[in-house]
Amino acid sequence: MVANQVLSEVEYRVVGKRPIRPDGVDKVTGRAQYGSDLRLTGTLQAKILRSPHAHAKIKSIDTSLAEAHPGVRAVITGKDLPLSAKLANAAPGEISDSDRQRMGFQANNFLAGDKVLYKGHAVAAVAAVDSNSAEAALALIKVEYEELPPVINVKDAMGEGSALLHENLHTSSLGETSEKPSNVASYMLFEKGDVEQGFSQSDIVIEREYETASVHQGYIEPHTATAHWNADGQLNIWCSTQGSFVVRATTSEVLQYPISKIKVTPMEIGGGFGGKVTCYQEPVVAVLSKKTGQPVKLVMSRTEVFEASGPAPGSWMRVKLGANKDGKLISGKVTLAFEAGAFPGSPVLPGSTCSLACYDVPNGLNEAYDVVVNKPKTAAYRAPGSPQAAFAVESVVDELCQELNMDPIEFRLLNASKEGTRKVEGPVFGKIGLIECLEAARNHEHYKTPLTGVNQARGIAAGFWMNRGFHSSCNITVNQDGTVNLTMGSVDIGGTRASISQQAAETLGIEYADVKPTIVDTDSIGYTMVTGGSRTSFATGWAAILASEDVKQQMRERASKIWETSVDDIEYKDGVISHQSDPELQFTFAELARQLNGTGGTVTGQANVDPSGEGNSFGVHLVDVEVDRDTGKTTVLRYTAIQDVGKAVHPSYVEGQMQGGAVQGIGWALNEEYFFNDNGHMMNSSFLDYRMPTALDLPMIDTVIVEVANPGHPYGVRGVGEVPIVPPLPAVASAVSRAIGVRMQKLPVTPGSILEALW
Amino acid sequence: MEAIDYTAPKTLDEALKVMADHGDRARVLAGGTDLLVQLRGGRRSADIVVDSKFIPELNELSYDAQKGLTIGAAVPCCTIYEDQTVEANYPGLTDCASLIGSIQIQGRATIGGNLCNAAPSADSIPSIIALGGVANVVGPNGARQVAAEDFCTAPGRSVLEPGELLVSISLPAPQAHSGANYLRFIPRNEMDIAVAGVGSSVILDASGQNFVSGRIALASVAPTPVFSKAAGDSLAGKPVSEATINEASEKAMADAKPITDMRGTIKQRVHLVGVLTRRTLNTAVKRARGEE
Amino acid sequence: MPGLVHVETTINGNQVNFLCEPRQSLLECLRDVLGMTGTKEGCNDGNCGACTVLMDGRIVTSCLVLAVEAQGKELTTIEGIASAEGLHPVQQAFLENASLQCGICTPGFIVATKALLDREPDADEGRIRHWLAGNLCRCTGYDKIVRAVLDAEEKMKS
Repeated sequence: MVANQVLSEVEYRVVGKRPIRPDGVDKVTGRAQYGSDLRLTGTLQAKILRSPHAHAKIKSIDTSLAEAHPGVRAVITGKDLPLSAKLANAAPGEISDSDRQRMGFQANNFLAGDKVLYKGHAVAAVAAVDSNSAEAALALIKVEYEELPPVINVKDAMGEGSALLHENLHTSSLGETSEKPSNVASYMLFEKGDVEQGFSQSDIVIEREYETASVHQGYIEPHTATAHWNADGQLNIWCSTQGSFVVRATTSEVLQYPISKIKVTPMEIGGGFGGKVTCYQEPVVAVLSKKTGQPVKLVMSRTEVFEASGPAPGSWMRVKLGANKDGKLISGKVTLAFEAGAFPGSPVLPGSTCSLACYDVPNGLNEAYDVVVNKPKTAAYRAPGSPQAAFAVESVVDELCQELNMDPIEFRLLNASKEGTRKVEGPVFGKIGLIECLEAARNHEHYKTPLTGVNQARGIAAGFWMNRGFHSSCNITVNQDGTVNLTMGSVDIGGTRASISQQAAETLGIEYADVKPTIVDTDSIGYTMVTGGSRTSFATGWAAILASEDVKQQMRERASKIWETSVDDIEYKDGVISHQSDPELQFTFAELARQLNGTGGTVTGQANVDPSGEGNSFGVHLVDVEVDRDTGKTTVLRYTAIQDVGKAVHPSYVEGQMQGGAVQGIGWALNEEYFFNDNGHMMNSSFLDYRMPTALDLPMIDTVIVEVANPGHPYGVRGVGEVPIVPPLPAVASAVSRAIGVRMQKLPVTPGSILEALW
Repeated sequence: MEAIDYTAPKTLDEALKVMADHGDRARVLAGGTDLLVQLRGGRRSADIVVDSKFIPELNELSYDAQKGLTIGAAVPCCTIYEDQTVEANYPGLTDCASLIGSIQIQGRATIGGNLCNAAPSADSIPSIIALGGVANVVGPNGARQVAAEDFCTAPGRSVLEPGELLVSISLPAPQAHSGANYLRFIPRNEMDIAVAGVGSSVILDASGQNFVSGRIALASVAPTPVFSKAAGDSLAGKPVSEATINEASEKAMADAKPITDMRGTIKQRVHLVGVLTRRTLNTAVKRARGEE
Repeated sequence: MPGLVHVETTINGNQVNFLCEPRQSLLECLRDVLGMTGTKEGCNDGNCGACTVLMDGRIVTSCLVLAVEAQGKELTTIEGIASAEGLHPVQQAFLENASLQCGICTPGFIVATKALLDREPDADEGRIRHWLAGNLCRCTGYDKIVRAVLDAEEKMKS
């Protein structure tokens, strides 16, 4: 096994080290409390009745028999959601058309309105004394459907004669709204330079179409939510979520209930990857709790997770690239059409902004279609939109390299985005590390090791994801023994309790072990945006840094009070507070902490941030595969993931993000897909036939952490969590394509599709 | 899941009585790795599950150089592949016992249950057919034996009548110069249902250069596992060679009548039968020659 | 409607008694009847391994075992892996090697790993991957889990 490498520019005392995560012991002993571990006295179990049809009108719903079941305490349908009721009862003109549509879409994914739009769409919800009673009650609910033709393919959905999912959805296109309704919710276009002129100047032009299937984030913990609508009107929610404040805001909107009366406690979360940024259950259990006066708990089954949460969109894409004979890219045109699922809002726009981001191409054009189809509403999945787009663009780049007989790394170095490169849609890159990643790939032992077998090949790809800032809040309180309590609202999905504690410890000059982090509920911390978007170590880290600076300032002020000197004479360095000229006047952090209660009380530092200065993330991955030409089976022989992370606060968890994302990407490339039959029903909604990689399907995933410090963060941190899923799709597809001599243009590259390509 | 009752008879007679009392509303529970999933999913229905794991005859795993191997219907896969006698004499059987599911599943799932579940994709049945296995059934009308290739009648259905119980599977003692192998094709490396599977068993002459006889059976390419008699018979008396093996694989492919579903297309499955027949025959030959 | 069954079993060395319906799985009873929520549910059909427990020395997916089948058996769950003296070397290895992120699959992996190393203290990478193929992890890509198991082997020898 090759050792993982960290190519570090700057060394710190705590940042950059590998301490044990604070929540680790609870997790290895089974003590950590996840959403469905919650035990509240008198909890009722909820279950959802779901549509058996991909597309149908609801003619009637009769819940009377279910309500009469002895174990049942409440049954609700869409009309019981206050937001739906508001829309139904609003006076003409009271709500704008666009608001009405947006609110309707939001409410209807919790419980359907007058139509069901995918198999699995929630139609009714039951709360009962136990889950068997709830299940029995579902069978007693009578729903009359009028089936409609299902629209299950993005190209069909865009076609003239297609059935429409929403009678009032018009295409929003470059500031205009289409006259006729459509399944195309929006069309976007941005360009730089003149692509057609660029193509005419190119020596070589390649244009290809690509398709990908729906895939799921695959978190092992299903969605869960428990709500208790207390008799005093206080609504408490405990749930598995990446963003407790999003749950609060969404619940408030759907229930038309003030946020001050809603408290959301995020439980430990068993995976999210973007799929738990969206809410599916919280308003539903809240209404059931209000009706019954008891806590109500809802846990999705694995089938429901597949059929009724938010997969990543399938896509149809066309990419055209033009280059001169020396390999310099001149022009690039990328068309993306993504399946949004039942309601608008696929990540086709971020996918577009990522598609050409790795390349400094003088002429570029992106057009993007957001298209509704009768499939579950898509949600975010790790770098949403970028993996699909990278599969298409990087595959064409790989073909260009083959045509030009050019080394794939040299091609990318020649064309790589760097500081000052302007993206097609406008932003200009600051300091970024793509070139450093490409050089690290070229220097890596993996790249220098020849392949040994006849059916083996190597794939290389680059990938991009922008990072986010957004709101985070952090409080740090000093304890009398010199330790600090750090509270934040950022749910920990990958090790951020550790990375944020490290940033606080570094700033305060104290030990990592002396920082005690806690993730708290929405009543106990300021507004904090989701854990996602590669933002948590960056933005919540920023909040922790500023809160630490606040603590330092207050400690200096306290010392000045104790020593009766001016605060300007007091330094704070490496966890020691000292008078700049009198060597007798010195406290360690712990010594001063002991004095706090006696000199005015404890010290709490605080910061609310919405930082800009976030970096951008680039990754370059190498993969060696072997294809069995008789069976179509692909074996991943070797994998190396290289990424610029700015500064790896906790290198082990950064490696973990790189390895985990790479393996999700390998699964996406090789075996994962939603099989839909002609009726739009998912046929493989279990882990048996939705084939995620197991330990036996993979080699070790070697990593190289490149550190090109982000100037916009005190420790140079960039977001790391999302980029790793982007390069593997094209890297694996290119490797397989090279191994069999046929360019694979559809994902997943299954054994069956490889055999078809060979025949 | 609908409410069920549970009973754990300690003798075969007790079990037969319960099953006679409940007819087709009783289902035998061995490993439970298929039954519980089916009961929860509504694909099978029962009033009572009859736990077979306490009945002595169903827990027997014994080998006799004359009589061969007796595999009790409740013996889990892990016991089979950890048994050195079985590994030494029936590697074609341990091949499949170690392929079904995961280590956790193999700790519970039984070959007997795999046979009675009668899925066309069952991983143990081709080997049992190829090895000449016989099912020992007991019921209200007494005991009977059913050749493994006759046991399954339709997807999920077997010759077992209500009230009947599989007690054990008998495999004949391995002959000199014999070898067997089972292979399946799956997209991952474990956990998947077979896209296609082939179990081959061969007997060579003393020189090891010629086939005396062969038996080949197929999984996932028909409503039931397929005993490809023509493929096995085509080996008799022929030299061990690529041409002979190819001919057998062609005949096996001809006996494959798969459907196209989400796990594979007709063309892919027929093709895989050819590939796997060649590969299993080659391994069976090596084992017959004592090379593996 | 069948009545409740009284089950007597041994869990983590302790005699345990509980009542359950015949249709309830061992997983459901561990979590909902006995309040032992360390064993997790990921799929309820034997395909993810999050519910792995040891039963009479073998790892099983407790979602596919009826609670009534635990009668007279010896079970070990994640709650029984650590001792009064401290964490088991496997648990310690998972912590030191950063082999968990969200942690939902971790109890299943730890129980499965302990079962492997108790039988095969020198298992190599290939054998480890084979043994753990029934445990799905979506966060780590398995790399650091395999390293933790190898590290645990070293710890258990000393």
